[in-house]
Amino acid sequence: MAELACTPGQTVGPFFGVGLPYPGDGELVGDGFPGAVGLHGTVYDGAGAGVPDALVELWQPDSTGRIPRAAGSLRRDGTTFTGWGRAATDADGHFRFTTVTPGSASPGGPPFFAIAVFARGLLHRLLTRAYLPACELDADPVLSDVAPERRNTLLCVAESASGKTGYRFDIHLQGPNETVFLTHRDVR
Amino acid sequence: MRAAPQRVATQGEISAEIAGIASGYAGHGESQPRLDYPPYRSSALRHPRFAPVSVDLEEIERWAPCFGDQDVDARDADLTAGHPGEPIGERIIVTGRVLDGSGRPVAGQLVEIWQANAGGRYRHERDQHPAPLDPNFTGAGRCLTGPDGTYRFLTIKPGPYPWRNHHNAWRPAHIHFSVFGTAFTQRLVTQMYFPGDPLFGLDPIFQSIVDPVVRQRLIAGYDHDLTEPEYATGYRWDIVVGGGDG
Repeated sequence: MAELACTPGQTVGPFFGVGLPYPGDGELVGDGFPGAVGLHGTVYDGAGAGVPDALVELWQPDSTGRIPRAAGSLRRDGTTFTGWGRAATDADGHFRFTTVTPGSASPGGPPFFAIAVFARGLLHRLLTRAYLPACELDADPVLSDVAPERRNTLLCVAESASGKTGYRFDIHLQGPNETVFLTHRDVR
Repeated sequence: MRAAPQRVATQGEISAEIAGIASGYAGHGESQPRLDYPPYRSSALRHPRFAPVSVDLEEIERWAPCFGDQDVDARDADLTAGHPGEPIGERIIVTGRVLDGSGRPVAGQLVEIWQANAGGRYRHERDQHPAPLDPNFTGAGRCLTGPDGTYRFLTIKPGPYPWRNHHNAWRPAHIHFSVFGTAFTQRLVTQMYFPGDPLFGLDPIFQSIVDPVVRQRLIAGYDHDLTEPEYATGYRWDIVVGGGDG
């Protein structure tokens, strides 16, 4: 079949708050859900300032590695894990999700949170991966191509607050700690 | 270090920057906006300097989230409803199909839109320009695509919107679209424009897509077959989600 030309992207702009955020958008699970973890971070610009008008989206397998096929992300029922959510940044550029630790959806592949980033001033969305803190990225044949000093931008940092596990994943759009953003090739 | 504050440019200066970049484009099929596009001032500190790293698709990235009838109310596709009265402005029907790069419909998937009102004002605390808010218009809608990938909204035509990228800067009238495909990598947020807008040539966001053929893909077509007599005019705009990296 002939390939159709893709529709290009445009910035999400400053006013996505009119249409995209919704109640519970960043709460893939409630705080009381078994295995609930926090995933949070700050989106930074090239000057190191927090980006107050960014939107981060999260897509992930459940804790067993199963890829969610259930609807209900926009009106969560409190029990169904849909694997998807979004979180706008606050005035300091900070975003927060409550979710579960992803399992591996590919045999032998290290688990990660798939992340999409949108912002005013960013003309097309950026995609990246937030791997778990213990992940050994040098073992990955693709990620081993990334310069070692940049590779760690793909790792969550483990945190523990009041006995609960959590992850921090900061996103640097530019600057000395610029996050590794990804394009994807289909090798099948 | 924060960049030194730039003097506010004139439209003439911005247009000259746009023209300079366009004249340097060799026409090699750039399919996406340039992330580093100096005429759009806010892009300066918000674009990566490194090229993206190419990785093999992992299983989770081959899939997209599911949305269903419990997520979306049928009334969400009518932006003219839900208020005590009718919004001011030109009623329009905006419809089209969401397709993947092979032409297959993206069925049952979420489409979200948001926009300014007929006066070019967004219902947002940070939009304080002195055009009136419309008490009968919020400017947000969503729907699920049908089995053939069709989405359809009833709304009013947004006005051009003044912004502060440079002195006397105006955005062409546009509707923001947020679209999902069948894979995470097809995620797309973009803007739909209206045919013949006199502001196209002046707008650094539209012109950040330096390939003129690619830019045209964001402009809806007027379609008289979509109109409803004495009620609404109609625009058709198809969206192709192909991965879009580049």
